[in-house]
Amino acid sequence: MAQGGGGVILASALTDFTDGVRFIFQARESSAGTVQVGGLNEVGHMAGNHLLVSSLAVAIAIAVALPIALVLGHKGRGEFIAVSTSNIGRAVPSLAIIAFFVAFLGTGFTNLCFALILLAVPPILTNTYVAVRQVDRDLVDAARGQGLSEGQIIRTIELPLALPTIFGGIRLSSVNVLATAIIGPLAGYETLGTPILSLNVYGFTGAIGAAIVVALMTLVADAGFAGVQRLSTPKGLKVVKGDRRRMRFRPPSQRSAQSP
Amino acid sequence: MSAALVIAQSGGFVRERGGDASCVANDGFCPTWIADNLDRYWTPLLEHLYLVVVSVGIGFAIAFSLGLLAHRQRWLIAPLTGVTSALYTIPSIAMFFLLQPLLGRGNAPAIVGLAIYTQVIIFRNVITGLANVPGEMVDAASGMGMTKNQRLFRVEVPLAVPEILAGLRIAVATTVGLAAFAAFAGAGGLGQKLIVASLITFKSNVVVAGGMVTLLAAALDLAVLGFQRLLTPWRRAVAA
Repeated sequence: MAQGGGGVILASALTDFTDGVRFIFQARESSAGTVQVGGLNEVGHMAGNHLLVSSLAVAIAIAVALPIALVLGHKGRGEFIAVSTSNIGRAVPSLAIIAFFVAFLGTGFTNLCFALILLAVPPILTNTYVAVRQVDRDLVDAARGQGLSEGQIIRTIELPLALPTIFGGIRLSSVNVLATAIIGPLAGYETLGTPILSLNVYGFTGAIGAAIVVALMTLVADAGFAGVQRLSTPKGLKVVKGDRRRMRFRPPSQRSAQSP
Repeated sequence: MSAALVIAQSGGFVRERGGDASCVANDGFCPTWIADNLDRYWTPLLEHLYLVVVSVGIGFAIAFSLGLLAHRQRWLIAPLTGVTSALYTIPSIAMFFLLQPLLGRGNAPAIVGLAIYTQVIIFRNVITGLANVPGEMVDAASGMGMTKNQRLFRVEVPLAVPEILAGLRIAVATTVGLAAFAAFAGAGGLGQKLIVASLITFKSNVVVAGGMVTLLAAALDLAVLGFQRLLTPWRRAVAA
């Protein structure tokens, strides 16, 4: 940000980043010089909190949304609910959701967790519903003809075939929740957002350090779920080598998915 | 790091102005306070709108060009999708901070960050839109003697408009939500009224600022939808 040539800006930017990385590993004096901030202990504690509230929210969202969407998808009912949930989920900004929760229900771990669950449900619900609907109905009829109960059909036919798309939804939710948990301190819960929101204590360096950790965390979560998504794809659905034009999951309607 | 970087945490916003004083002191929902203070939200609303329009505009221009390029050079699709989705994964608040060492504070990091997030959405829809144009149409166009460029701009792009604009709609709605975090880049907007501890617990403020963000997303969504219907009259004919 210094005046001068591009080289100066690049050099100062590089310093900002290396300082940020150093903040993660080494404690330093706060901006006011009164306490020690940063270092692996504190950053690790914040990262642990961040992961705890995020994974709890996603786990509860899965526990709530998955069974509902599996049953709705199996019965072919409630398309309106599944579709409008995702539309509303996309339309209402996440900061607005958190703000409403904090203002009307109060601060604290539980309320933050509730707000994050609300953010995590729509992608899981919609993806699961759509994935189950996309299972070849002939397969379901064949299973029914073989005497499988409806519950068995959901568990042994529809769920395995829908799994990759379901993990796609979980992946999306996890990334959203990890990103939104940054504003946890506003709900009175310390996360990696603390150095970002308390800039006057942690300084710009602390904010950059926390931003680096959060960014890496989401990238790792995203890559991890992408791997799970690939591993969970049943063999029969994988792209055949030499036939790359065939999509892994082409719905009968041939419509392309439009939601991110 | 300079002292100017420290966020003005309250944004200079004084809660205690007009309205029912005891209601305000209790963080309540006070219609009289809202009536007295509504004028203080127009500037953030306009800042928000400005951020969304400029960054989606720039983002669309880039993603659309990249889409056309990748439509020709198919090998580009995989790497571009990979890079844009990885960037999309980075939390917006982190992005707005990570851009500051290079771009300083203010509108620059906010607009660049927001434009980056639109890439994956618009790029993917441009590619699928172009790929879904029926092969017979493309063949017919070639048979009529159109050049590659004529075919692209007179046949393929117009037929892909619904899908491209569907991408634009998602991009707009997403950007309105993400722009709420642009306050972390020092770019103002309605988020400035929500990321402050003393304001996020204040019901009247949250209703106004949160409500405005939500309504802005809905209004812009409808605007793009109207634009889409205007551009694709043949769709309405089928629907009617």
